[in-house]
Amino acid sequence: MENSRRSFLKFAGVSALGLGSLSLIDGLTSGDVAASSGQSSEATFKRSKKALTAKRWGMVIDTRKLDDEICKEMEKACRATHNIPEHKNKRHEIKWIWDAHYKHVFPGKQDEFLAERLKELPIPVLCNQCANPPCVQACPTQATFQREDGIVMMDFHRCIGCRFCMAACPYGSRSFNFRDPRGDNAIKNENKDFPTRMKGVVEKCNFCAERLAVGKQPICVEVSKGALVFGDLEDPQSEVRQLLKKNYAIRRKQNLGTNPSVYYLV
Amino acid sequence: MLENALKGSKAYWIWVFVLLGIITFGFGFYLKQLDFGLGITGMSRDVTWGFYIAQFTFLVGVAASAVMLVIPYYLHNYKAFGKITIMGEFLAIASVIMCILFIVADLGQPMRLLNVLLYPTPHSMLFWDMIVLSGYLMINLVVGWNVLDAERNSVPPAKWLKPLIYLSVPWAISIHTVTAYLYCGLPGRGFWLTAILAPRFLASAFAAGPAFLVLLCLIVRNVTKFDPGREQIQSLAKVVVYGSIANMFFFLCEVFVAMYSQIPEHLDHLQYLFFGLHGHGILVPWMWTAMALIVSGIILLLIPAARRNESVLAVACVFTFVGIWIDKGMGMVAGGFIPNPLHEVHEYFPTFAEVMIAAAVYGTGFLVLTILYKVFVGVKMELTHK
Repeated sequence: MENSRRSFLKFAGVSALGLGSLSLIDGLTSGDVAASSGQSSEATFKRSKKALTAKRWGMVIDTRKLDDEICKEMEKACRATHNIPEHKNKRHEIKWIWDAHYKHVFPGKQDEFLAERLKELPIPVLCNQCANPPCVQACPTQATFQREDGIVMMDFHRCIGCRFCMAACPYGSRSFNFRDPRGDNAIKNENKDFPTRMKGVVEKCNFCAERLAVGKQPICVEVSKGALVFGDLEDPQSEVRQLLKKNYAIRRKQNLGTNPSVYYLV
Repeated sequence: MLENALKGSKAYWIWVFVLLGIITFGFGFYLKQLDFGLGITGMSRDVTWGFYIAQFTFLVGVAASAVMLVIPYYLHNYKAFGKITIMGEFLAIASVIMCILFIVADLGQPMRLLNVLLYPTPHSMLFWDMIVLSGYLMINLVVGWNVLDAERNSVPPAKWLKPLIYLSVPWAISIHTVTAYLYCGLPGRGFWLTAILAPRFLASAFAAGPAFLVLLCLIVRNVTKFDPGREQIQSLAKVVVYGSIANMFFFLCEVFVAMYSQIPEHLDHLQYLFFGLHGHGILVPWMWTAMALIVSGIILLLIPAARRNESVLAVACVFTFVGIWIDKGMGMVAGGFIPNPLHEVHEYFPTFAEVMIAAAVYGTGFLVLTILYKVFVGVKMELTHK
């Protein structure tokens, strides 16, 4: 069950061997390891020796430690770090991490008599970095792909802007550049360490892959005052696993089988 | 044969230039979209597909419906349809061309379209959609053109066409099935997550497509000297009513499952479309209009006396076509996105620019259709004068 989508991918891959060999040729001719695995070299950041690595990155969000201020701070820091434009028109909005109320974050778990504390509490939502991501399955160009450490990434240079991934994402975690993000002063102070995007491509949270590559934790974790904990879900000794061992955690729409890597302690 | 399209009456040329005018006008808006981005449409991060993809979905159905002429003629030897089968195939060609144009109009980075071929991805349904659509376009071009050419030379069609014609039957089913798979395989979209989506797509296609063909037959009879035939039109009308009833039956199955189980993820979308949700209901009048049109179409077509009256038949076909167009072209796509995955209601309605770009695509399709039908009628006329 857990891996049913992946094994379907394999099956589909084998049954389309003829077509698959095309991408094999592509990998051989480009001589690039990343390209031969169907990924573009542009989208993977060069890792320094300090790089943080994991078998499968995950996050635990402790809602008991959250308040409005922390949530706003996280969103602000993420915007600044990733050059996320701010557009006046709501329809053109780009969001990587933002906060919503319990009933919107967990629409399938609506409780008539929900704990008072949770009703108005801002809860951060972001890409769940699913172990079994429907967006990757839907993408017709592999512009969105899954790294070995579980992070679901975007290749902004390959994306054709069909938005199939946005229809496939059950969490509304993806945004589309409906207009030029570089124009109209939408990015206030550009961070030169992270690329700006162009109009017509999809983007989303990348678990700060560019920061992990230089030994830093994701920026939202850094400014969360301990409410967000980041680590390796496959490592029983990691802080995230210790937290999950001691606390009951829930995930968003886990009944869909996407296997999200973001856990919530409520 | 193409020379037939180059000579025509004054009315023919006026029609061609009207279409060219619409195409040029709409193309201006497309240039604006290329410059600004898809932000000139009504789409948002919550409703990420809108009018373009809805038209694409609807037109795939119109294209697939050519099979409703091919099956009776080639598989059941129903001779009457031999006279108009090429009309169905040419309609399919024009429809598939519009489908492809709508996909291109919807892309954020259309100049990267060929990435779909450069990085073939069999686990994406969009990849398969591209394969089945381009294949279907080729099959209908080759078959339609060659059969017409043979007819013109008063020889039987070449033998190698037969397997291609047989292949076109499952292929037609496949284009609309894969189109449904774009939607019904997505885990978080309760409205589309139903195994009956592909059958329902096909049923509505087999109503809307032949309904449009009936209207085309009546138009061709009125503006040219070629008569597609009364029997042919009446047989098509029966196909329309069967298709339309099957579509409504599937729809009611859908409604029952959602309403009786009362699972919110499935029910909320229907509630939004037909009654509004959390005070939002921009599509409510549209959906009820669609239902009223489809049902009155069925009633008119079911009464033999009404169906046999060609004026009433024309009205019934317009009702059926427009009703299904609203249901599939407005409700089906937007309805799946509302409410959004966080159960918030962000509504969608196409902008003027978006509708104009769509008009340009329809203009192109009608131009292709006009040229192909002109060739078809021209050949038929040559034969009667011989």
